[in-house]
Amino acid sequence: MNIEDIIKPENLVFKKTGLLTEKPLSYCPGCGHGVAHRLVMEVIEEMGIEEKTIGIAPVGCSVLAYEFMNIDMQQAAHGRAPAVATGVKRVLPDHFVFTYQGDGDLAAIGTAETIHACNRGENITIIFINNGIYGMTGGQMAPTTLPGMRSSTSPYGRDVASMGHPLKMTELVAHLPGTCYVARHAVHTPANVTKTKKSIRKAFEYQRDKKGLSFVEIVSNCNSGWKMTPVDSNQWMEENMFPFYPLGVIKDIDAKTK
Amino acid sequence: MGELRLMKGNEAIAEAAIRAGVDAYYGYPITPQSEILEYLMQERPEERTGMVVLQAESEIASINMVYGAAGAGKMTMTSSSSPGMSLMQEGISYIAGAELPCLLVNVVRGGPGLGTIQPSQADYFQSTKGGGHGDYRLIVLAPSSVQEMSDFVKLGFELAFKYRNPALIQSDGAIGQMMEKVELFDQQPRLTMDQLYEKYGSWATLGHKRNDRRIITSLELESARQEQFNFKLQAKYKAISENEVRYESIMCDDADYIFVAYGTSARICQKSIQLGRAKGLKLGLLRPITLWPYPTAPLQELAKRVKGFLAVEMSAGQMVEDVRLAVGNQIKVEHYGRFGGMIPSPEEVLHVMEENIIKGTK
Ligand SMILES: Cc1ncc(C[n+]2csc(CCOP(=O)(O)OP(=O)(O)O)c2C)c(N)n1
Ligand code: SF4
Repeated sequence: MNIEDIIKPENLVFKKTGLLTEKPLSYCPGCGHGVAHRLVMEVIEEMGIEEKTIGIAPVGCSVLAYEFMNIDMQQAAHGRAPAVATGVKRVLPDHFVFTYQGDGDLAAIGTAETIHACNRGENITIIFINNGIYGMTGGQMAPTTLPGMRSSTSPYGRDVASMGHPLKMTELVAHLPGTCYVARHAVHTPANVTKTKKSIRKAFEYQRDKKGLSFVEIVSNCNSGWKMTPVDSNQWMEENMFPFYPLGVIKDIDAKTK
Repeated sequence: MGELRLMKGNEAIAEAAIRAGVDAYYGYPITPQSEILEYLMQERPEERTGMVVLQAESEIASINMVYGAAGAGKMTMTSSSSPGMSLMQEGISYIAGAELPCLLVNVVRGGPGLGTIQPSQADYFQSTKGGGHGDYRLIVLAPSSVQEMSDFVKLGFELAFKYRNPALIQSDGAIGQMMEKVELFDQQPRLTMDQLYEKYGSWATLGHKRNDRRIITSLELESARQEQFNFKLQAKYKAISENEVRYESIMCDDADYIFVAYGTSARICQKSIQLGRAKGLKLGLLRPITLWPYPTAPLQELAKRVKGFLAVEMSAGQMVEDVRLAVGNQIKVEHYGRFGGMIPSPEEVLHVMEENIIKGTK
């Protein structure tokens, strides 16, 4: 058997969704951004809502998300994606609107926009990539950087006494009455990818049903910023990030009470 | 004839917004323009026309909401006063960079800092010379009556959509707060989704098919392409400069001396002209209506035959720089201003004209 015998349509078990463009991703090999992009686009494709969905790209490594996500997109100023999404959604209430934001974007410069969009219960979906660092600008400390964690602006480790504590935005917004669905996941193993996709789907379904703001955090690696190999970064993430940022569904207003 | 009403300038803007068929207003309260948001909320525009009115958490949020809705091709506006406008500058730069049409209103108050809530014209530099980062321009309209507050809402949107560029109504606390008779234009319908796709679907994110989608962005990382984009912007600004200059010339035909003033200052100068003419002084007023593009050519024409200009502004001397740029050193140009919320009297302005311009040039 040679390779031509294997590469045949009937043998195909996985295909990239057409809602990702042909542009090569600008992300570092091993980075979680790529998988997160794919999951969001797969959900949009499977729900058949691509022609009425508008995505908002942030400032951060995913600033070029609009190059890769094959739907109408707007690029927002640093931290302002939830306000931009609000602006779009209020005038196109029957469209689907989502933001895709890093932790610096969502939990530092854009904290006010995030909290108020959640608190108003804007009928949008926020996908939040938490990698504990500023990837794009070269690995500076983020609001989510763990205590003691090194970054280029906390070279001796984050000293919480002088640099403040890491911010758990996801738990914070779960307290707000405007959020209907809040979950935290990861995309570094097939099992986690499946769970994340299920949650993203639910988030968009809740938006369809006009239940309020749905918020999905993805704890992700930044192998470049953390200065590790992709494999080491995933292991480090499991050992250090997950205990501080535990995975699971934090809030689901429709969850059946046990 | 349209409906006549006695209204505050701020209310006239709000009523005009509903009647112009505006789709969305996003704003944050600040004196002396809070009546705009209050009036809109009071009027239930969601019932009158389906217009969205939302009080945002800050001016930073409002201007970014404007970005989003304008990017969807909708008629979108915000309003604020000086400190709030300062907060919006990053967003305005993004809107200019993404070439989005929208209407901004600045009811200017005295500064710097928290300053005062009283009227001022000290935001001229911010409005006409940039304000935010990068090489961009706003189309700036300066009303000097409550009537123009209403009319310029319509005009501002026309120009904004014609050039896909943000337009700004630069008013001040006096015109925002004073009451005058205003003739309102008739209700215009808001665009339907089909009309929107037809008119703006070529660029607006209204939802499209894959591989034929719309992107709203101001980012271009490749320098050569970013330069090309800037050339394109500059060509647009040149077209606006050539086609959209607006001004009013009052009693300039036989005048020897000219006031140059806009907004509230122009109203004061009109009174000074009356007082001066009663004394036999041949005074006139050149009132810029567009602060950008600036009426440079009419000033140059006047400079060929008049003896001097006095720029009157409620600022330390901002617009006077554009007068000097227009006419150079060939003729006397002086500035007179009051600031911090102080409004000059017509007598005071006339006195300065007599002492500083007329005496030295006889
Ligand atoms: C107003 C403003 N301040 C600062 C920056 C610089 N900047 C660009 S990306 C970034 C941090 C992004 O980090 P994060 O949101 O965590 O995303 P990541 O790159 O890690 O995916 C910063 C500070 C900017 N573009 N705009
Ligand atoms: S810098 Fe970090 S977040 Fe950015 S692409 Fe590389 S690995 Fe991913």
